[in-house]
Amino acid sequence: MQKLLNWVDERFPLTSSYKAHLSEYFAPKNFNFWYFFGSLALLVLVVQILTGIFLTMHYKPDAALAFASVEYIMRDVEFGWMIRYIHSTGASMFFVVVYLHMFRGLIYGSYRQPRELIWIFGVTIYLVLMGEAFMGYLLPWGQMSYWGAQVIINLFAAVPFIGNDLSEWIRGDYVIGDATLNRFFAFHVIALPMVLLGLVVAHLVALHEVGSNNPDGVEIKKLKGPDGHPLDGIPFHPYYTVKDILGTVVFLIVFAAIVFFAPEMGGYFLEANNFIPADSLKTPEHIAPVWYFTPYYAILRAIPPILGSQFPGVAAMGVAVLIFFALPWLDKSPVKSIRYRGPKFKIALGVFVITFIGLGILGVLPATPLYTLISQILSVLYFAFFLLMPWYTKNDTTKPVPERVTQ
Amino acid sequence: MSNLSVDTSKRRFLVTMTSAVGGVAALGVAVPFVMSMLPSARAKAAGAPVEVDLTKVEPGMQLAVEWRGKPVWVVNRTPEMLDLLSKHDAKLTDAASENTSQQPEYCKNPTRSIKPQYLIVVGICTHLGCSPSYRSEVAPADLGPEWTGGWFCPCHGSRFDLAARVYNGSPAPTNLVIPPHKYLSDTRVLIGDDQGAAA
Repeated sequence: MQKLLNWVDERFPLTSSYKAHLSEYFAPKNFNFWYFFGSLALLVLVVQILTGIFLTMHYKPDAALAFASVEYIMRDVEFGWMIRYIHSTGASMFFVVVYLHMFRGLIYGSYRQPRELIWIFGVTIYLVLMGEAFMGYLLPWGQMSYWGAQVIINLFAAVPFIGNDLSEWIRGDYVIGDATLNRFFAFHVIALPMVLLGLVVAHLVALHEVGSNNPDGVEIKKLKGPDGHPLDGIPFHPYYTVKDILGTVVFLIVFAAIVFFAPEMGGYFLEANNFIPADSLKTPEHIAPVWYFTPYYAILRAIPPILGSQFPGVAAMGVAVLIFFALPWLDKSPVKSIRYRGPKFKIALGVFVITFIGLGILGVLPATPLYTLISQILSVLYFAFFLLMPWYTKNDTTKPVPERVTQ
Repeated sequence: MSNLSVDTSKRRFLVTMTSAVGGVAALGVAVPFVMSMLPSARAKAAGAPVEVDLTKVEPGMQLAVEWRGKPVWVVNRTPEMLDLLSKHDAKLTDAASENTSQQPEYCKNPTRSIKPQYLIVVGICTHLGCSPSYRSEVAPADLGPEWTGGWFCPCHGSRFDLAARVYNGSPAPTNLVIPPHKYLSDTRVLIGDDQGAAA
């Protein structure tokens, strides 16, 4: 066995990669609950790719056949219902996990120097994931698929001057039709997953280059023992693989409970209107995007048309997502972790969490004048969190950061 | 090869030129791929005009037909409906249909139609493309006492009157689009083709 390993190692960096990324990748010893979600995101990605492959075997990306082929998967394919429900639940759970993972980054300052690129790769993953989810949602060709895509593609039509041509180019037709469905299928099953995998590799390579942050925001590489390993570091394998297995088990229990008992999640994971085939002549009574897009949708609706153009709302929605990229440079605090930050940052972050959830709730509700007003206030707060960040992080009263990680 | 020193500036020039030429070639190769995503010849051909028999539309009723994959409404407006049209101009964004891209020249009139009785309009909201619901009743509970009939968009709450003109304060920026159309006879209309009458 050792001889075979040597033979491989002379031709491929197997043992050295294993050491660099697992058995001798030293991670801070004080990881807590929030550090489950990175590995869980990877798990969900694998689940989505596996279930996706098997769905592709039965699904037909044709406007005339798509809806029926999904029903065929649900009723006639052996265990087709389960594979599809795992895939649809996985889509929502992907965003649950990613949002918690991003929140972890926010509270412990994981986006700060020297981890800016990890953060940028991460936000890009989030963007690609949104595209992947949006395109996947068109594939069942139900009413919500159709009209949701209609609204989102029309966002591009609001771009000044080139908007109409741009949206026609995206659709491949003057309306959403077979051409749109077919190309969204291509993007959903090939193009974006490949981009996603590449980004995940870049995210992890960058992480393993600089090393993980931790709940104290202390750089463990500064203090090394005589063996050259960080004093506060422990090998990822076996310590964190074992920890992550616990997280995986708990996560899969929740996941399975949703798949088997509440796959539609009361209309939030799979919307009722999507069980009606797409009808280009009739918009459903209440249309709302799937829950993970609703904060941005609420921002879109909150901005009124200016000078006969709806572009400002569309631009605000785009900026609301893209502004995450700027986070490493907006934060001027001398400390990383919330544990040593002062009240100003804690209040700002608390308000931001309430704002994000509040916008998410408003995004699924109909647009009444009162709700629109609340959305407008929350939209201002949303942007204030980012734009005022240089000010409130610089002028905050911080606590001294210890040399080494705490328990 | 007597001179062993390397001419770095020449080397840099060659690298830059090779990269630039390669970049141009890559852009050129991208063109067919980008173009392949435009509406195909078949999609363009599918925009054939649609003929509608107006006798099928009863007074006060709306008929939806499909033209270029979009809903086109044919509405038979009653005299009472037409009377109401002129009474709320102040509440409209573009009461006189000044925005020329939203209707052909021959429909730039108070009823936005060739014959006042029949409104022919593309049923796609100018906000984000939902199809508004036809609400011909006057003052229904959910739309308020000032509602005199028209369309209400369920997606974002845009309101249009019975000439498909948008009310102030709606998310939709403009009136609904009137497609090119012409009458073949008193009761037959061709949607999607006016044989250049618009020009």
